[in-house]
Amino acid sequence: MTPAITLANVSKAYRRYGGKQFATLKSAFLQRSILRDLQPSETFPALTDVSFTVARGATYGVIGRNGSGKSTALKLVAGITKPTSGTVTVRGRISALIELGAGFHPEISGRENIFINGIMLGLSKREIQARFDDIVDFAELREFIDAPVKTYSSGMYMRLGFAVAIHVDPDVLLVDEVLAVGDEGFTHKCLDKFAEFRRRNKTILLVTHSLNLVERFCDEALWLDAGRAMTHGDPKRVVGAYLTKVEEGEEKLLADTTAKAVEHAGHGGRVGRVGQVGEDTEGTKRPADPTSDMFTAAEGRWGSREVEITDVAFLGRDGEPTFVVHSGDPLSIRVKVRAVRPTDDFVFGVGIFNADGVCCYGTNTFLEEMNPERLSGDAEATFAVDSLDLVEGTYKVDVAIHKRDGFPYDYHRLLYTFRVKSRVRDVGIYRPRHRWSFSPTVQFKSGRDDR
Amino acid sequence: MLSNLANLLRYRGLISSLVARELKARYRGSVFGFLWSFINPLLLLLIYSFVFTTIIPNEEPKTRPYALFMFCGILPWTWFASSLSDAAGSLIAGGNLIKKVLFPAEVLPIVSVLANMVHFFLGLVILIVFLIVYRHPPDAWDLFWFPIAVLVQLVFTCALGLLLAALAVHFRDIRDILANVLTLWFFATPIIYPYFQANVQKFRPLFNANPFTHLAISYQEILFFYGPIGHWRWLLALGGGSLVLFLGCYWVFDRLRDSFAEAV
Repeated sequence: MTPAITLANVSKAYRRYGGKQFATLKSAFLQRSILRDLQPSETFPALTDVSFTVARGATYGVIGRNGSGKSTALKLVAGITKPTSGTVTVRGRISALIELGAGFHPEISGRENIFINGIMLGLSKREIQARFDDIVDFAELREFIDAPVKTYSSGMYMRLGFAVAIHVDPDVLLVDEVLAVGDEGFTHKCLDKFAEFRRRNKTILLVTHSLNLVERFCDEALWLDAGRAMTHGDPKRVVGAYLTKVEEGEEKLLADTTAKAVEHAGHGGRVGRVGQVGEDTEGTKRPADPTSDMFTAAEGRWGSREVEITDVAFLGRDGEPTFVVHSGDPLSIRVKVRAVRPTDDFVFGVGIFNADGVCCYGTNTFLEEMNPERLSGDAEATFAVDSLDLVEGTYKVDVAIHKRDGFPYDYHRLLYTFRVKSRVRDVGIYRPRHRWSFSPTVQFKSGRDDR
Repeated sequence: MLSNLANLLRYRGLISSLVARELKARYRGSVFGFLWSFINPLLLLLIYSFVFTTIIPNEEPKTRPYALFMFCGILPWTWFASSLSDAAGSLIAGGNLIKKVLFPAEVLPIVSVLANMVHFFLGLVILIVFLIVYRHPPDAWDLFWFPIAVLVQLVFTCALGLLLAALAVHFRDIRDILANVLTLWFFATPIIYPYFQANVQKFRPLFNANPFTHLAISYQEILFFYGPIGHWRWLLALGGGSLVLFLGCYWVFDRLRDSFAEAV
């Protein structure tokens, strides 16, 4: 079967602005160099040697970070821009849900805009007349259809644009991140419409950040990064590969933020906080104050530094430092300290806070009835969780070493950040180990949820 | 290029609905609405006739009633001038369409020209009213030439409109330059003074080199002056030249087409 969309070794370079422009209009004319000057002198590669084919009737997802060339790929398929090199072949009528309502004129009514937009998208007046009611109902705009479009809310505007574009009845539908246009109900309607397209063996090319959608909906996926095709094929595998890369990026980002936070607190703490150590003792008795809010509680570092925390690391399943953990995986917090003099009065404490500032868990060695005997020189303490049953989110961590009466040696407040990832979008704080069971009269479809 | 030109015919539904949109949107929200299409030329007529009959009167007896004579030239000029300035900005104003939708860009400048042509036709109604008021009926046989003059002007204006629209995307200066050039062009064309005036005849070759001279004279002969139209050879020659110009301008437009989506 001939594929609906074929991209063969497609590259696209955009001209960078700020570089050489025309010196003057006159010189451009005189030197007959208009056409030559329009060739880009300094270019930015948006896509580099990308090839893929989409079979007729398939749903193909394109994922990637912002600026990875997804939308450029879509525009090339739509024919809005031409590739710098390589070829793009598309069979059948295209409708592009790229910019919804791009052709709307704000001053005239929704009704007139439907007609004009429909004609722009290649329908005849009669075809639009026949679909008019469907379009209006789909957009849920019956009572506003004769009002000028400028009075519409952005949601109404997008819905109308979506409704027109989807009723063009294309063979190839290009979708660019447009499912975010409406409320839940509208999104469902759009998904239903896509499902209908699939049933009717239409080709869909979908650009989205919703990996969930790609996994559930697409037959194949492509991952673009910095204009290059990283991998394509089975959506689950592609999404997995992409997520791994994203986590690496996040790790780096979290590592950077943490390093900055610690450094900042280190300087600030030494200068500004030491004098307050005495007063602070009351407030820092408990390592984790459950009522304190993460965003109001100042992050920082204070203490006498008789015992100093020299390093804090999160260790993942493999014992390697990490900043991203999957829910249910093991996580260890390793604290390295250095005691100036040997001491027999010390307590190690940790506290984990979620983004709302709620203390998810806090403990210390004193609460767990460990009796300190001796700490000297360089030492290390590891707080290990076998299964980190937290829901997805960003968590901040307190790490402290202090006396039994709460007098802080070194208190690191909310300086460390890690992320918990989860494939399930459950809510709350804690995910208890659980399973569902049903009587035989309750049945679920096997396989993916294909709405 | 030729297949693109043929496509232009396929877009006539799109063009006509865009023209209708343009006209509807133009006066939407104003109190007088569509009446402005009549009021604007009427006010223009009043201003010019006041200035040129009362303040600096033209002595040439053949141009009486002067307001009428002038109006025959000003109406097509207004169509021409506003078409060009609208067309020059049309691709930039319609940037959303060019960047986000697969859209035949040449439609936009052509829509500008056509929308202004509709205003020209509405202005003609005012002209007809005044021809009746002044009891100055044009020669019936001359009127045969009127659609030809309109057609020639349409082709000529579309040609320049396409060229300016395409170039203005890359040289934004064009719109400012154009405004000044149009002012100069207006005074260099026998619109507010007759062609046969002696001091105009001194520069005859210069005036003949100005294409709009021949359009203005044709309109004046068709609508205003009695007697058979003597300028038809020039008009037809200009028509032929405009066709060639149109093809040339369309060629430039077509060459620059792929750069629009990025440069707009």
